Amino acid sequence: MRVLAAMSGGVDSAVAAALAVEAGHDVVGVHMALSRNRDQFRTGSRGCCSIEDAGDARRAADVLGIPYYVWDLSERFEETVVADFLSEYEAGRTPNPCVRCNEHIKFEALLDKATALGFDAVATGHYARVVTHEGPDGTVSRELHRSPNAEKDQSYVLAVMGPDRLTRAMFPLGGFASKAEVRAEAERRGLSVSAKPDSYDICFVADGDTRGFLRDRLGSRPGEVVDTDGNVVGDHDGAYAFTVGQRKGLGLGRPAADGRARYVVDVQTSSNTVVVGPAELLSVDRVAAGQAVWITAPHEHADGAWLDDVEVQVRAHGAPVPARARATTAADGSPSIDVELTGRPLRGVAAGQSLVVYRGTRVLGQGTVARAWRA
Amino acid sequence: MTTPEAPAGAYLDHAATTPMSRAALEAYVAEAGRAGNASSLHSAGRAARRAVEESRESVAASLGARPSEVIFTAGGTEADNLAIKGIFWGRRRTDPRRTRVLVSAVEHHAVLDPAFWLAGHAGAEIVLLPVDGDGRVDLAALRAELVAHGDEVALVSVMWANNEVGTLQPVRDVVRLAHQHGVPVHTDAVQAVGQVEVDFAASGVDALTVTGHKLGGPLGVGALLARRDLPIEAVLHGGGQERGVRSGTLDAPAIRAFAVALAEAVAARPERAATLAALRDALVAGVRAADPEAVLRGPEPAPFPAGGPGEVPARLPGNAHFTFPGAEGDSLLYLLDSAGVQASTGSACQAGVPQPSHVLLAMGVPELDARGALRFTLGATSTRDDVARLLAALPQVVERARAAGLVTGAVRAGGAA
Repeated sequence: MRVLAAMSGGVDSAVAAALAVEAGHDVVGVHMALSRNRDQFRTGSRGCCSIEDAGDARRAADVLGIPYYVWDLSERFEETVVADFLSEYEAGRTPNPCVRCNEHIKFEALLDKATALGFDAVATGHYARVVTHEGPDGTVSRELHRSPNAEKDQSYVLAVMGPDRLTRAMFPLGGFASKAEVRAEAERRGLSVSAKPDSYDICFVADGDTRGFLRDRLGSRPGEVVDTDGNVVGDHDGAYAFTVGQRKGLGLGRPAADGRARYVVDVQTSSNTVVVGPAELLSVDRVAAGQAVWITAPHEHADGAWLDDVEVQVRAHGAPVPARARATTAADGSPSIDVELTGRPLRGVAAGQSLVVYRGTRVLGQGTVARAWRA
Repeated sequence: MTTPEAPAGAYLDHAATTPMSRAALEAYVAEAGRAGNASSLHSAGRAARRAVEESRESVAASLGARPSEVIFTAGGTEADNLAIKGIFWGRRRTDPRRTRVLVSAVEHHAVLDPAFWLAGHAGAEIVLLPVDGDGRVDLAALRAELVAHGDEVALVSVMWANNEVGTLQPVRDVVRLAHQHGVPVHTDAVQAVGQVEVDFAASGVDALTVTGHKLGGPLGVGALLARRDLPIEAVLHGGGQERGVRSGTLDAPAIRAFAVALAEAVAARPERAATLAALRDALVAGVRAADPEAVLRGPEPAPFPAGGPGEVPARLPGNAHFTFPGAEGDSLLYLLDSAGVQASTGSACQAGVPQPSHVLLAMGVPELDARGALRFTLGATSTRDDVARLLAALPQVVERARAAGLVTGAVRAGGAA
């Protein structure tokens, strides 16, 4: 197969490319340039977007003996991932830009361009497994599963790609049980990125200062912080910078009357108000998610039929909780997911977060949280 | 010794670098096998010094200059930096009012960037001289600038031939205008030497950049030719070599190989240029037949040699440059490379990200079209097979690149741009 290896300059994507080469594929390395104004991206050793990272990716491609190109996807990145990040925060929701990057950049802009240029698949360094089943009639179906490496598992941010794109995606690190193993593989092949630290932060937010980034891009919008009775208890520079469930950085001068910790329980952007309250108000057992995508055969998620014994996860590194879920159609006709938690409740579920439905290790579907409440 | 050869496949990027000639490689190896610092006074030093000075005489003879006008450098970028910064500082020392630097908008970054560095660090004012649709500098604009600010101009720099679209500049006219106002002229002739006749004295320019690796010599060596009466300050300070203008132990092996390659290239030029022009014409006709939408950028090639004796062609014989509407340069490059054809987008990259060419933009090419640029450049080892290989691959390559351009939105704005 002709395989395009997306190479960020980090150790995971370098080893993924190496494994694709060793599997006998005809591999070309591509580094995505995601910012036109490259000095605005951090240049430290942890990023995936600096000039040093592009150089590391080139060096890894040299070691593997594969051609290497840089594709400029900065315009698309700004129009999709960054624009969505800003508009979601502005609307009082909490977006996951890595999910949107997989949706719009890696498995859309990059994958579509690769396909048009004659590539059969895009390989990335994600930790997730693709399991292929051949049906009795010879049809092949693909399932997306968690990585055996629970700590690094990235099935959560990949679920958004849906079934069609999954057929053109390769995750050569899917079977690795630990990052140490991947580093050892890099070292064994003489890839100098073997000891490079992991990246954790949002790649386009310098220094990890999300609030500062939002303030720069959206401007200062002073408003009030109120308690659940409507009493003003503080002020803020912009309600958009707050997230449901947030406790730190509220800047409230005096303690609550009852002396208990206060959390953001609602972000009302129409009135530019942040509502704070006690922890128990954050507890939810019902979630509705929009923009649903299923990686299952249509009969597996028939509209309105409850899928029992599933788990849902609402954060990249959050624990899955037992639930039942069903595909529904929202009032506007868009595919949605209804979730009822059957075990313990979830705390602090913000609109905009990605919700992924699992059965065991298998990803069934994904949606974006529209609403979460206590039944 | 192995004979140097072009990289495998159809190598159509000779303007980036061209293989060393066998004679140059032999001269390099012979000289590299001897120890000797040309600044030393003992016999080993004298031998190295002799190789350098014979090379200096040879370089001067090849380019119509005097040996004392040859300043060896580590290549074209260094020679351009020395010219722009050195002449700017030299002129300002004698007349502090002279702070304006006039450069054509289509110069190589090795000229543009030192000029803008001077603007940022030394109080220079940069005037970018506009060009016409073929990339030829606007002489009326130069004249107007000289008339308005002649006594404030430190220097004019206009390249002999453009590295992207191959356009030859009216250097003699530039010299005539500038000299009327007592302003010295530098020209970057890196792409021109070996392809068209370049005579330093006859051209009237005050300084000229030439480099080894574009004409069959080694990488990392070149020269600035500079008239002795041109005030020029050193950029590299140290042991005082090259009349104190360019310190650094002289690289005798590279200098000797450079001189050999230059003499060869100049001697072979009339015949080689005709060969290259014929190949280039076949390439241009073939590309146009393969893709009627492709647009040749730069002047239409005239029959070569143009007109009567002494007349110069409008573009370099070895250069063809096209834009392919709806396709992106990096897609074209990748697809050609996988078909064994090596070309270039012709423009500078930032960390590998192709930027729309400042040359094309200065010529008035819309940014969207500029993204689909490909430069094909021929050299001494080019053959009809190279051109045939390109033309065989091109139709599918362009079709695919356009399909990719559709999905990435390269043509999203369509004719709106």
